Amino acid sequence: MDKASKIRAGDVRTASRLIRNLEDQLPEATETLKHIFPHTGKAHIVGITGAPGAGKSTLTDALISSFRHQNRTVGVLAVDPTSPFTGGAILGDRIRMQRHAEDPGVFVRSLATRGALGGLSKAVGDAVHILDAMGKDIIMVETVGTGQQEVEIINHSHTVVVVMVPGMGDEIQAIKAGILEIADIFIVNKADRDGARQLHRELQMMLDMANLKPGAWRPPIVMVENVFQPEAFTEQMEEASRQIDAHYRYLIESERMEDRMRRQVLVEINEAIRASILEPVLKDLVASGELDRMMSALFKKESDPYSLAERAAKRYLKKEFLA
Amino acid sequence: MSRKIRIMVAKPGLDGHDRGARVLARCFRDAGFEVIYTGCHQTPEQIAAAAIQEDVDLVGLSCLSGAHRYLFPRVVELLREQGASDITVIGGGIIPEQDFPLLKDAGLKAIFTPGATLEEIVAWVRENVGPQG
Repeated sequence: MDKASKIRAGDVRTASRLIRNLEDQLPEATETLKHIFPHTGKAHIVGITGAPGAGKSTLTDALISSFRHQNRTVGVLAVDPTSPFTGGAILGDRIRMQRHAEDPGVFVRSLATRGALGGLSKAVGDAVHILDAMGKDIIMVETVGTGQQEVEIINHSHTVVVVMVPGMGDEIQAIKAGILEIADIFIVNKADRDGARQLHRELQMMLDMANLKPGAWRPPIVMVENVFQPEAFTEQMEEASRQIDAHYRYLIESERMEDRMRRQVLVEINEAIRASILEPVLKDLVASGELDRMMSALFKKESDPYSLAERAAKRYLKKEFLA
Repeated sequence: MSRKIRIMVAKPGLDGHDRGARVLARCFRDAGFEVIYTGCHQTPEQIAAAAIQEDVDLVGLSCLSGAHRYLFPRVVELLREQGASDITVIGGGIIPEQDFPLLKDAGLKAIFTPGATLEEIVAWVRENVGPQG
């Protein structure tokens, strides 16, 4: 059986190795992806985002249970940051989800953000395709802990869950652009703490001001209290999973799905072009020592980045593309 | 682009003393490796399943409770059963020297006990572990 067929049959080893090879940018991995892509598009992809420590991993773990109770299979991609200094990473999201490790209906994979250059986004998109082709019903992508502007997750998900906690700031935070705008569902976690009701009120106010058209999706706000009160916690997480399903139905029934898919394929083709064109150029610049020479020229102010980039473009691009 | 070494640091069994495991995880990170830390109280089954899902090159087991004679070989055995015998397993913790032969025979590639330096462990990893195609 070839790799793509093995993955479609649900083979975990082949799938996890392929994700690895894609992260390491092995050319043959892209070949396998070509055979996988036609078999994707069946899973409901859910992004889970929010500030560091908001409870994304714990809530993801609870959502896994909730979906598994309905006998649906789950894939999770958990992203943690790479050290900018050593290139190493500690991937710790999995700690909260280890109770599902032996469940064959659950596949959890940790990803490090690695370098710049949009590489993470491509690795996440590719890994989502692999879990999708494996036949997972729900794929959750847990982002790194985010601030206000990390909105990239919307390019990879049908449904974005933004996890918030009380006490992170005053109401002005809630009318800012960015992460709050991309939420399809808000979870206010640790809602037993001071300030939860105020946060709820501020989010409601923000949504009231959003001027939603009739029939448009109004992001629900799910209050989730203490994880140490298992009964209430489980019920609240069931509610969150019902809202996630409701949003997916809304996308399909309202035909908003097409907008999301368009956004997603645009990002994908952008990233694939970048990988096919920019990366070989950069590799060549590094290998030939040219990048080092450019850096030292800039360092000594003998040239500027714009002229150097133009010179590189002249060298690597056919002249009909050059302005 | 060079391949990135991925390591899982895991604590099997009922021992909750994870300072050593955390120090090691941090040290592997500083060496430029990607480290998956799964926390305490893991069964060998959980560790083997996670190692396969994460496609790690190396599983580092830490045990200070004395149960290593069962727990460490069991992880190797489970990986082998699931077609993942290419994942290297090493162990560390409070392990009497007389148990070394048993663990080596069971398939552990190295044992590090108190006194082993972090440099020594990282050097061993660089020498003996790397991703295959």
